[in-house]
Amino acid sequence: MSLNKLTIADARDLLKKGEVTSVQLTEACLSAIESADALNAFVHKTPEIALERAKAADARIAQGDAPSMCGIPVGIKDLFCTEGVPSQAASNILKGFKPEYESTVTTQLRDAGAVMLGKLNMDEFAMGSSNESTCYGAAVNPWRREGETTPLTPGGSSGGSAAAVAADLCLGATGTDTGGSIRQPAAFTGTVGIKPTYGRCSRWGIVAYASSLDQAGPMTKSVRDAAIMLQAMAGHDAKDSTSADIAVPDFEAALTGDIRGQKIGIPREYRVDGMPADIAKLWEDGTAMLKDAGATIVDISLPHTKYALPTYYVIAPAEASSNLARYDGVRYGHRASLSSGEGINDLYEKTRAEGFGPEVQRRIMVGTFVLSAGFYDAYYNRARKVRALIKRDFEQAFEAGVDAILAPTTPSAAWGLGEMKDANPVEMYLQDVFTVTLNLAGLPGVAVPAGLDAKGLPLGLQLIGKPWGEAELLNTALVLEQAAGFVSKPAKWW
Amino acid sequence: MSTIDIETARRVAKLARIRVADESLPQLAEKLSGILDFMEQLNEVNVDGVEPMTSVTPMRLKRRQDGVTDGNMQDKILKNAPDAREGFFAVPKVVE
Repeated sequence: MSLNKLTIADARDLLKKGEVTSVQLTEACLSAIESADALNAFVHKTPEIALERAKAADARIAQGDAPSMCGIPVGIKDLFCTEGVPSQAASNILKGFKPEYESTVTTQLRDAGAVMLGKLNMDEFAMGSSNESTCYGAAVNPWRREGETTPLTPGGSSGGSAAAVAADLCLGATGTDTGGSIRQPAAFTGTVGIKPTYGRCSRWGIVAYASSLDQAGPMTKSVRDAAIMLQAMAGHDAKDSTSADIAVPDFEAALTGDIRGQKIGIPREYRVDGMPADIAKLWEDGTAMLKDAGATIVDISLPHTKYALPTYYVIAPAEASSNLARYDGVRYGHRASLSSGEGINDLYEKTRAEGFGPEVQRRIMVGTFVLSAGFYDAYYNRARKVRALIKRDFEQAFEAGVDAILAPTTPSAAWGLGEMKDANPVEMYLQDVFTVTLNLAGLPGVAVPAGLDAKGLPLGLQLIGKPWGEAELLNTALVLEQAAGFVSKPAKWW
Repeated sequence: MSTIDIETARRVAKLARIRVADESLPQLAEKLSGILDFMEQLNEVNVDGVEPMTSVTPMRLKRRQDGVTDGNMQDKILKNAPDAREGFFAVPKVVE
């Protein structure tokens, strides 16, 4: 088997036994990346940095006592600031930006010995569900419908991360999730993605979209790999005031495969009208699998679910309009050229019109509107109140004894690139219907590949856990993964 | 409740410091109105007596000493500037 196809867990074990080196693993990934330009997943490649870190990792492993991520080649979403390496959030407004600092999450991965292969495609500023809204051109899903060659979306916003992991260009990748941006692409590519509890991973050095919702997390080939990689990414950081000063448990050690006595909630409000039969069946099958493993299944109600999307699409743009005010053409990134007689306001307005893509502009303006005088109470404050009710729904379910909640990850399988081109923005927003509630409630959620649809495309199930309950959540995800036995890989066409 | 007319779209674009050409304003107004319509659903929710959420996880904001923790990195700070001169960010003339 080619080394780039290994899981993190297997690669770690082989590295420890001295049967492979990090340099070999890294070279296998670099050569896979070189032949995968058709996927447009890696948008800034860093082979020199990768080989340098691989050599250092090999030296460290030889000395013994290396952490699990040591020597493991990974891809990094373009949203993470990486020192001296372009970090532009897939936006033209950050063209040429090379940070003088490293984000906390990527610093922790680097310190654990992980090898950065390069930066991954995404939707601009993490705003999107198809990775089509990007200055690099769309990332492409390695999966295709059976007997078709139509290029499909890998999902978004962490579409490059998902495509890279699914196509074995790296062993794992970082993603970020504001409304579903880790879990939806994971579902579309047959990979595993976990959005941790808000505050579990530091947001410092990650380009901000909506600060009260953004969380980083790993995207991997297995649940065990997600546990290993999250371990390296998580932890308190004094530089992020919302990062939680709570001990990080040993996630991998929690993977016992025993969920007997656990109570799994099935939220009735997630049975939306027009749910495809494939997805409804997948959900039923997943429920049966957890029951067979000894869990108790209970119907639950999360009555404010239908208001999650409109709440999100007030709060996220509001925070974005504030966060993205910093892109003014003065301190970094793109600056518009001015005609004679134009002043500072022309500089701001032209720079932002040229630098931001249409969806980003739209969200900034929606956010500006809902925060403006006369509308702040009607929209923004109301949304914050509904958000409190959405969170309360989950709290009441957990108080009633539910340990985790099972739901589909997405309302459909991956669609064709360009197919949603004429859709209005709201139709695209509906893609986040099952994922966005968790971000509003700050809860952890993991997407697990659980089956294929009639056209041979992967579908995911999502498990939602209690705050700070990632260890138990990953254990339940492991049971689901083992029972579903999802082993399909996309046939290589690229 | 409210739709966004062309004048409102113009004002929002101005507040957001994004230049929008006059001929693009009708389409912008239409798209923003569509998004706003979607948000109107929130008016169905009874929010009487509900406090707006300020923090998603219960936490007390940490305090720290108000002291200098780093500095002396003018070069690094100016490194990515589109126009830096003599240790400053340069911008077009602001005051006549």
